[in-house]
Amino acid sequence: MTARPASRPTDPTGPALPGPEPFAAEVRDVVVRYARGDDAPALDHATLTIRPGVITGLLGRNGAGKTTLAALLAAFRRPTSGSVRVGLPGELEDPFENVWTTTHTQLVRESGDVWESDKARDTLAYYADLRPRWDADLAARLLDELEVDVRRKPSEMSRGKRSALGAVIGLASRAPLTIFDEVYLGMDAPSRYAFYDALVADYAEHPRTVLLSSHLITEVERLFEDVVIIDRGRVLLAENADDVRARGVSLTGPADVVERHAAGREVLARQRLGGTAQVTLFGTFADDERAAAVEAGLEVGAVPVQDLFVHLTRTGRPGAGTDAEREEAR
Amino acid sequence: MGPMFDGPEPIYLQIAQMIRAQVLAGELAEEEQVMSTTQFATTFRINPATAAKAFAGLVDEGVLYKRRGLGMFVAPGAREKLLADHRARFFDEVLAPALAQADLLDIPTSEVVDYVLGRPRPAGPGTGGAPRTGPTTDPTPR
Repeated sequence: MTARPASRPTDPTGPALPGPEPFAAEVRDVVVRYARGDDAPALDHATLTIRPGVITGLLGRNGAGKTTLAALLAAFRRPTSGSVRVGLPGELEDPFENVWTTTHTQLVRESGDVWESDKARDTLAYYADLRPRWDADLAARLLDELEVDVRRKPSEMSRGKRSALGAVIGLASRAPLTIFDEVYLGMDAPSRYAFYDALVADYAEHPRTVLLSSHLITEVERLFEDVVIIDRGRVLLAENADDVRARGVSLTGPADVVERHAAGREVLARQRLGGTAQVTLFGTFADDERAAAVEAGLEVGAVPVQDLFVHLTRTGRPGAGTDAEREEAR
Repeated sequence: MGPMFDGPEPIYLQIAQMIRAQVLAGELAEEEQVMSTTQFATTFRINPATAAKAFAGLVDEGVLYKRRGLGMFVAPGAREKLLADHRARFFDEVLAPALAQADLLDIPTSEVVDYVLGRPRPAGPGTGGAPRTGPTTDPTPR
């Protein structure tokens, strides 16, 4: 190990300290290939920044590279090429085999990251030792609320209870970088909402960097301050959630007026009820266009992130990682 | 909390709008504390930064002010200020479109005038006794 600056705790398992500030992360031109000569790398020249102290939504279809990205940040693996850096803003470092950054990074994968054949309380004791800012009271409260019996082995639990156990570990760790990779799988709606509520409440009291990947976009999009969308290993966008929403616009009003203002634009969805129509358009609406639509009596609204996500990652969409573009990138 | 802030505008604008409406209606009195960003976030299951963004806008407008270490409070004179703002916009944003619509429907101006003159008069100034004509309590036109 190299020498550490004095400002850091020398013993990461020592007494609970106020702990470091929220972590930032930077991924630069990262390629991950699981097999030599693999022509569809898991990450394909991915570049993005995770802002410190922000809840970022990580969205992508199955196989898009979300789990690979999470594994890189948590130092579970190394990129084939490119750089991954994690840590305090301005002091980012390579997380791989880095005790300090990995001590302060908690990844919870869909499996819950637990020992299947040990009692849940043993897994909890392990994380309580590992994470300097572990909050046992919070863990106990959440386990009770999500009805997880810590005397049982995860292998004997339902999928939902194993996921809930993972969610509790993620929250109670209070790690400066906390990554939930589809942690909700198998959790029923009341449990998922209990998790979201606990996340918002604890994040508000103890700000930290949270990366949350989910397919249930409509459930979680209001939790996001930033959004990253990846598709077939490539970063389609990484920006503020309000900017993502501003990439589309919905127009509602008399059908003929709506169609007049939608003319020449990319229409994502069109609904009609009698004389009233609503269209969802892709592309930003300039202030004067917005003013003109309002003037004409239309209601101008934001577009759910879900709709934009579906559009951006639709198979074969030009610009969303077509074969021709992939060839070009080589 | 049931579905809230599910209108078409960005959530932070809807939050700001709700607080303005509460101040206008007197539900939030001047110098009264408003919910914290944390309370907003947990009550409505939103990112605390979204509530903070709404508050920042309202501070800029002079509707709220921050007391260090205590939280956000309704600014003195906030209601009067909002009333003045809305009055200033009333003719342009509410009446003009209504009259344009009347034109479109071939309703003669005299009929509009008759309606205005024949409508029950408010009991006195500032009591807000006029009947509401729509289901909305949102005083700001979209």
